[in-house]
Amino acid sequence: MTLHEYDVVIVGAGGAGMRAALESSQRARTAVISKLYPTRSHTGAAQGGIAAALSNVEDDNAEWHTFDTVKGGDYLVDQDAAEILCTEAPQAVLDLENMGLPFNRTEDGHVDQRRFGGHTRNHGEAAVRRACYSADRTGHMILQTLYQQCIKQEVEFFNEFYVLELVLDKDPQAAGDDETVSVAGVVAYELATGEIHTFRAKSVLFATGGAGKVFKTTSNAHTLTGDGMAIAFNAGLPLEDMEFFQFHPTGLAGLGILLSEAARGEGGILRNSEGERFMERYAPTIKDLAPRDMVARAMANEVREGRGCGPHKDYVLLDLTHLEPAHIDAKLPDITEFARTYLGVEPYTEPVPVYPTAHYAMGGIPTTVHGEVLRNNTSKVNGLYAAGECACVSVHGANRLGTNSLLDLNVFGRRAGIAAAEHALATAEAAPLDESAAAPLIERVEKLRSTVGSSGSESIAALRKALQETMDRNAQVFRDEASLTTAQEVIADLQKRYADIAIHDRGQRYNTDLLEAMELGFLLELSAVVVLGALNRKESRGGHYREDFPTRDDENFMQHTMVYGEKDGLRLDYKPVVVTRYQPMERKY
Amino acid sequence: MTATADATTPAGEVPSFEVTLRIRRMNPEGTSDHAAGEEYWEEFKIQAHATDRVLDALHKVKWDLDGSLAFRRSCAHGVCGSDAMRINARNRLACKTLLKDLNPAKPILIEPIKGLPVEKDLIVDMEPFFASYREIMPFLMTDGPAPERERLQTPAERERFEDTTKCIMCAACTSACPVFWTDGQFFGPQAIVGAHRFIFDSRDEGQWDRLEILNDKAGVWKCRTAFNCTEACPRGIEVTKAISEVKKALNTGEI
Repeated sequence: MTLHEYDVVIVGAGGAGMRAALESSQRARTAVISKLYPTRSHTGAAQGGIAAALSNVEDDNAEWHTFDTVKGGDYLVDQDAAEILCTEAPQAVLDLENMGLPFNRTEDGHVDQRRFGGHTRNHGEAAVRRACYSADRTGHMILQTLYQQCIKQEVEFFNEFYVLELVLDKDPQAAGDDETVSVAGVVAYELATGEIHTFRAKSVLFATGGAGKVFKTTSNAHTLTGDGMAIAFNAGLPLEDMEFFQFHPTGLAGLGILLSEAARGEGGILRNSEGERFMERYAPTIKDLAPRDMVARAMANEVREGRGCGPHKDYVLLDLTHLEPAHIDAKLPDITEFARTYLGVEPYTEPVPVYPTAHYAMGGIPTTVHGEVLRNNTSKVNGLYAAGECACVSVHGANRLGTNSLLDLNVFGRRAGIAAAEHALATAEAAPLDESAAAPLIERVEKLRSTVGSSGSESIAALRKALQETMDRNAQVFRDEASLTTAQEVIADLQKRYADIAIHDRGQRYNTDLLEAMELGFLLELSAVVVLGALNRKESRGGHYREDFPTRDDENFMQHTMVYGEKDGLRLDYKPVVVTRYQPMERKY
Repeated sequence: MTATADATTPAGEVPSFEVTLRIRRMNPEGTSDHAAGEEYWEEFKIQAHATDRVLDALHKVKWDLDGSLAFRRSCAHGVCGSDAMRINARNRLACKTLLKDLNPAKPILIEPIKGLPVEKDLIVDMEPFFASYREIMPFLMTDGPAPERERLQTPAERERFEDTTKCIMCAACTSACPVFWTDGQFFGPQAIVGAHRFIFDSRDEGQWDRLEILNDKAGVWKCRTAFNCTEACPRGIEVTKAISEVKKALNTGEI
């Protein structure tokens, strides 16, 4: 066991973590701990762009962007946070450009912009060109640029260290509102050696990304297992709006690999088995560029009503064949290569089979607009921060607009990084953390290792598969009470079986078997939270669609879900939505 | 996913075929049959489908047959750079290589990439690789105060270095380079690609500092133009061409 001490510890080295590190490491002694090498983080898989009302190619402003974000999120967005997101967006993009990010350019040398779903001119009149982009690898360029700046600033990384516990100085649920609960640090498992490390810090910032592996069909990496969210939850903190999961319309059929919405922004069209451009029926004004929740639902509905394509009629087609090959090569090179590599389809001449894929968690660890983590509706945890997909500010509400997540991680990663460093500088000493803090994790790891070779135990892969299949079947685009109750029962059973899990690697070094066992535990916990929120929300809003309650119910449900883990199970609560200037109205496009 | 394949298959049943993987293994702590650090081959048979990649096959081994098999992976669609390995004696990404393209009638040989120390099975120590990248100052260097808006750059100026921005740092190129295998000093192709991305960026003003580093004994002159790097790159970057452009800049003093 090794003990480290820092002013600020950042957990996660994707976009949000590294953007935070660039701020924090200039101000305070900072360590970044990451399960992966930084350049492996899933920010690098983001494709289409980053939204900002730069007005480089047509008239636009931050207020229109804010309105679109609030409406796109089906009015579950905290409007003060959305206003910050959209107002700070132009500077966030300019910062990235100044760091060296190679954006695509207009003929006169400015950052070029293109259309994206749900982003409109003057409150919905027509699609607007707001997405700044670098071909269809904008996330890759952001991840690379931030990593390059971290090298320049000599940011200290602990790569392939897996944080498994968050240590607070007291139980955040037992503490009264007038008491201060402070962060003490984190406990991590070093993959290369199996050694346990404790990191004591004045500030801890979680930027651990998403949890797409809750589902079977997902655009997410194998490593996106919701670790940070689950670790915070296990430390007694609530999770907000976890029932809102985004299903991206255009995953490669059967595989879930993401094909950017930029394909439609550049003119691509969705068609059913009759060749019909069906989005004209669902969103007459902006058609294929409607927000993702609406397009995903429309696609699933076409398939359900028998207008799906292929031998099993289980997908629709993304048609790019009317676009010039040179245009496709310049603007969409990577995603067209995915279609060729993985499905053997040539997008120049053939439409690409697509179907919705689990993509993004709108919910997460509740924070303020400075990234400060909340332990209930109002009290903050002293010194604890979160940013990026693992956090819920909430700027995405019930449905995130495309290109707003790369924006989110830059705006709120920066804000959280500054706040964490300033808090550390104003704090004389971190809360106490000694070797005993590592004891529970050491015990857990040893217990898992001792399952090696035991007979009749449960397989990690089998339990994970059962979980992911039940989530796809029962908690995906369409949900109802019966399906969600089934999912709840299956998860409860899997959680029992998880207690009997066996791993097969005896070793200390690079024991990825052990790692997968830990990840599965997190997935199971989060799935239970997702399903409970979904079961309780008896309305349809954004990415959450209940067939038994098909309309939005502002009277009863225009509020955030808060789920707490308690000794005798999960506890539900609510948090009001912050409304500033936009009253909810019917969502039409 | 072709109509022909589906036409001969009962509805709902995906055609499958058997594949043998021959995996180069090493356990640093030893196993009941192998000493610590001993390298050996082990064969596994799995059932695969037409759309399965080598990564799917490795997962089948790990999840169903031997949980101790160690390899890195994350995104599973060729953008994170975690799973470069030697597959049938060629460097490729496991997640981007379809089994059906590999002649499944023969065993598929899977080894760790060469030239970096093996840590366990298919996992190598990546630190020397990243250290070379850090050496070439891979970040925009500019003089004077930051501008208020974006620095201007025409599409043609951007095109000049577009190819080398695609690099995902998987090390397929560097670990395919015969010079890198034998010469521990050589930066390797990836670091030169990383330098190229900035040297030919019209906004950068640190190009001559960077070129001086590459002019050093560990730099571009070690390249013997074997083209292995270009063949290995899963992103289709013309690595050898990028290296030649750096050599040319050093020879002519012009960028």
